[in-house]
Amino acid sequence: MAAVADTTTVRRVRRRITPGRAVAWAVMAAIVLITMLPFYWILRTALSSNDALAAHPGDLLPVGTTTGGFERALGLQSAEEAIAQGGSGGGLRFWRYLVNSVVVSTLITVCQIFFSAMAAYAFARLRWRGREAVFGLFLAGLMVPAIFTLLPNFVLVKQLGLVDNLLGVALPTMFMTPFAVFFLRQFFMNVPREVEEAALLDGAGKVRIFFRLMLPMASTPLLTLGLLTYITAWNDYFWPLMVSYSDSSRVLTVALAIFRAQTPQTGYDWSGLMAATLIAALPMLVLFGCFARRIVGSISFTGIK
Amino acid sequence: MTIASSSPPSRLPLGDATGAGTDRRTARRAAAREERGDGRLAAVFIAPALLGFVVFLLWPTLRGVYLSFTRFNLLTPAEWVGLDNYVRMVHDPIFWDSMGVTVEYVLVNIGVQTVSALAIAVLLQRLTQSAVLRGIVLTPYLMSNVVAGIVWLWILDTQLGIGNEILAGLGLDRIPFLADETWAVPTIALINVWRHVGYTALLLFAGLMAIPNDMYEAAKVDGASEWRMFRRITMPLLRPVLAVVLIMTVIGSFQVFDTVAVTTAGGPANATNVLQFYIYGAAFGRFQFGYASAMSVALLVVLSAITVLQYRLTRAGQSDLG
Repeated sequence: MAAVADTTTVRRVRRRITPGRAVAWAVMAAIVLITMLPFYWILRTALSSNDALAAHPGDLLPVGTTTGGFERALGLQSAEEAIAQGGSGGGLRFWRYLVNSVVVSTLITVCQIFFSAMAAYAFARLRWRGREAVFGLFLAGLMVPAIFTLLPNFVLVKQLGLVDNLLGVALPTMFMTPFAVFFLRQFFMNVPREVEEAALLDGAGKVRIFFRLMLPMASTPLLTLGLLTYITAWNDYFWPLMVSYSDSSRVLTVALAIFRAQTPQTGYDWSGLMAATLIAALPMLVLFGCFARRIVGSISFTGIK
Repeated sequence: MTIASSSPPSRLPLGDATGAGTDRRTARRAAAREERGDGRLAAVFIAPALLGFVVFLLWPTLRGVYLSFTRFNLLTPAEWVGLDNYVRMVHDPIFWDSMGVTVEYVLVNIGVQTVSALAIAVLLQRLTQSAVLRGIVLTPYLMSNVVAGIVWLWILDTQLGIGNEILAGLGLDRIPFLADETWAVPTIALINVWRHVGYTALLLFAGLMAIPNDMYEAAKVDGASEWRMFRRITMPLLRPVLAVVLIMTVIGSFQVFDTVAVTTAGGPANATNVLQFYIYGAAFGRFQFGYASAMSVALLVVLSAITVLQYRLTRAGQSDLG
């Protein structure tokens, strides 16, 4: 965590354990427990059978251990078998939705970050007439709550004939978000002029400077923004709910809500539901695990006013 | 943000005597290029983002306002009805009810989240600087609201949920958290606190890192307690950051939808019928796109008013928009 080491002085003072510090640690421990416990509970439930869950609701370990929940979530069980185990036999196949979620999130992240970086560079480093006016317009766009544009955007996507299509799910945020442009512009503004001037003197054009110099220099902010964008796209529910009707464009969040709504007569299929939840949540945990070291330190405060 | 220190060695234009002339010519050419501006190149660089901005943000915003003055069911062209939708909204008891539910949700959500996030951020600053703990605190933010809603629906299930098992084990009554009119809104508000508090805490933590450690050291020498330092150093210096984070979280909080949709679907008896859920029902349940748009405009007005008010209250003028 170099980023943190820079900003904090490492002190080697032996601290005595005071009552105040003991209480503070206890509070911290409670926070960690409340934060992490639900994740264990997902795993424990997903590996249990519905019958055993009903009989032993309070056991801390998996009960009636089985992979039935995962089989139902992935659509590997026959309807009869699923119903016998407390499932709905609704036939949702989470592999399909996993692939859809990956396609949509990747498309949104790659395009949005790239186009936003280009625009941010033009706002920060290129001189052209009307630059301030156009940027002001983008800033005004920050003020529009995301949710306000969903209904009109649905009407638009419907007119474009892209409802129930993965491209339709990705489109509204594929080109930019004002936040991404703003965030990257802040970074490019802070790159010293000398760096660019030196490259210009070497005869490099501005296009080459952008690709060979600016983008590599911005790798940390690009990664941070990319990860945040990916998580946001992956977790979005309202927009995909509007524009997808069938398996061909259904993403994980929407499928999960449908799974939850398909309640069998006998009560919830908790085991299957938690298995599906795990499938939806695990990729983000893995992704975060890979990049956490680089970005936890760099989630910083960008004053949007 | 830490800037990667990979800047190439800066070349001075005045190199050795032989190359100086060409270098100066290149410099002049570069300067001339500067003066002409980069209009054409900028147009290319800005085109994709501008296209997306106009088509999927600017145009829909204007269209949303236009649709609020029409009757529109998606199948036939929108028909101008003037202020009808707004008149209907003012006389719609369910609209006012859902506005009330939304405000209750926002108050609980923001109240608990701000206090908790501040506590977590201060603990991460004063107690331990562990990056691992920061990572752990952020973990729920990686879940979708849908996942958070479903997991807590299970934990808080009246008969089988571990939460109610614990209550029963303590000899208390089981609480139907999400099926009871009184409990449902605060419960959903707290579920969303669980998901978002870590992210909010890290934003505040970033603000805290800007406070020089010497101030705390000096106060310690003077014999100040941690609580006193918090009141006299942390709070005053963090106030501008806190104000902006508060605006962001309040605006996000007003748009609650996902968690309600997967836990209570507006029930029991409209007790959790938050505004966004009512708008969605009007548009996709009853195909009243005009009316749904009018309610969206109302929400937009409320959020704009909150932003302006907050900005007025905290205009300390340290905006870094230059």
